Amino acid sequence: MIKKLSATNNMTITFILLGSVIFLFIIVPLLNMIVASDPKLLLETALDSEVISSIWLSLYAALIATVIGFLLGVPLAYLLARFDFPGKNLVEGLIDVPIVVPHIAAGIALLFVFGRSSLAGKAFHLIGIDFFDSIAGIVVAMLFVSVPFLIDSAKEGFKKVDVRLEKVSRTLGASPWQAFFKISLPLAWRSIAAGGVMMWARGISEFAAVIILSYHPMVASTLIYERFETYGLDYARPAAVLLILVCLISFIVLRLLLYRGQKT
Amino acid sequence: MIRVKNLCVDLGDFQLQDINLTVDEGEYFIVLGPTGAGKTVLLESIAGLYPVKSGQIWLRGKEVTSLEPEKRNISIVYQDHALFPHLSAAENILFGLKIHRRPKQELGKVLDWLSHLLGIAHLLDRSPNTLSGGERQKVALARALSTKPEVLLLDEPLSALDPESREGVQKELRQLHNQLRVTTIHVTHDFEEAIALGDHIAVLGEGGIKQVGTPEQIFHQPNSEFVARFAMVRNIFTGEVVERDDGSIVFGTEDTELVVVTDLRGKSHASVRPEDILISPEPLRSSARNSFCGTITHIADRGSTLYLTINLPPDFICLVTRRSFQEMGLAEGQKVYITFKASAVHIF
Repeated sequence: MIKKLSATNNMTITFILLGSVIFLFIIVPLLNMIVASDPKLLLETALDSEVISSIWLSLYAALIATVIGFLLGVPLAYLLARFDFPGKNLVEGLIDVPIVVPHIAAGIALLFVFGRSSLAGKAFHLIGIDFFDSIAGIVVAMLFVSVPFLIDSAKEGFKKVDVRLEKVSRTLGASPWQAFFKISLPLAWRSIAAGGVMMWARGISEFAAVIILSYHPMVASTLIYERFETYGLDYARPAAVLLILVCLISFIVLRLLLYRGQKT
Repeated sequence: MIRVKNLCVDLGDFQLQDINLTVDEGEYFIVLGPTGAGKTVLLESIAGLYPVKSGQIWLRGKEVTSLEPEKRNISIVYQDHALFPHLSAAENILFGLKIHRRPKQELGKVLDWLSHLLGIAHLLDRSPNTLSGGERQKVALARALSTKPEVLLLDEPLSALDPESREGVQKELRQLHNQLRVTTIHVTHDFEEAIALGDHIAVLGEGGIKQVGTPEQIFHQPNSEFVARFAMVRNIFTGEVVERDDGSIVFGTEDTELVVVTDLRGKSHASVRPEDILISPEPLRSSARNSFCGTITHIADRGSTLYLTINLPPDFICLVTRRSFQEMGLAEGQKVYITFKASAVHIF
């Protein structure tokens, strides 16, 4: 049972103080950047077609990565939640590796597999998809670094669905497909969607793996980095603020949609 | 009719071996066994939800051992009811028919029939997590019956209920079965539940079926120590509950009449726990309504306690401590009085 927070003893007071420090650490730089920026400059940047197209590309590429993540990751999450098989622990551990490796290294590793000289690269080239300096490259980089969030969250969601519900549905005439689509998927949906939002967010924020595969076309983080490197802090800031605002608003809206009608 | 032949099921820690059961058309069949004996898994294997190691399952003359659960038309009601939490009571009940793409008219008819049969018409729009245990169970039963199953499997249907509603639900299950005559397999760990409901009882334990028979056979002629443990150390009688002119409720058997407290009437069973019975060499003046004189016919020594068989008739088994036994100087053949309260008699 969760109680209402009140500073009643030493421990609670200490924890409130410590908690406030880390919360401020997160929130101050973000707020400061938004508050300190010149509204006129911000507006100008918002109308800058280069900025608009880069932010749009970030959102769009991350969305494609998330959709691919859904199609390929949700089935895997279901298998991991429902079945035992030899090497399951290893599979579960490896899935999380993209989260822990430096993303610049992840980008290089991807380049070896999807680059023009590789087998996969050549195969995809035949059907007109190239991963070097292309949207496909951006999507692959984003997918690699962010899909663990979706798989883990979906797996936890499926685990919470009582397997007896599926069993009952089978006795009532449902095929395994119907049991999945009518029982397991709707019941795990909130976790899957929350994982999808996390994945999308992680995709948008990715930089290192993306620039190794596709510096161009520029996603928002690449553009911010380039402006920072070429013209300095003042020139990079408005674009950064804009990206933060777009992300913030998107996630607030998505969170509201996701938790609509549910008490927290 | 359903037949289970030489069924073996692997449960990880142990196995169910050589399970043979025949349940006749329209029969109410009880599988009685202690917790952890594999009763739920046995039901799931019959429904096709749990892999079978070897053996066969036959349903109305057709072998279904490897048939998918959705093609067997065997319904199951789990102990925790397993209602679909994202669907309303009505949607739960109609789930099976919608899967089978039955016409709308039929859905309405079946919903109407089941909600009246089970008295849940007022609950149809509710979400399962707002329903009480008893209400959830009725919805789960309605859902299981909606597809007109050939066999209905009930997994400990009474043990999730509080003791007050258990008696009523037990009666309803009996009535429901009398009305619909759906072949039913009901698993339980409760001996009295088994006696009260079962046409036949199979006792499951130590990885296999220990005995199959009518309640009377299981109770009076247990074929093993294991079965006897379920039945012994209990006093169970068959008889009839009637209300006397003076308002007192009595349970009459062939030989005797017990004063009882119950809302049930008619043919039923009564049990008295051996530890609830007082033994005295002389008649006891007390508030307890039941007092009888009988002869000690058998003494079973269990160390610090002893089980005495006292014949009135019928036979009552009574528990005494060694200390009381010695102080009263009890012996076989001796006449004693037994006394117990009307509320110590459980009618079921």
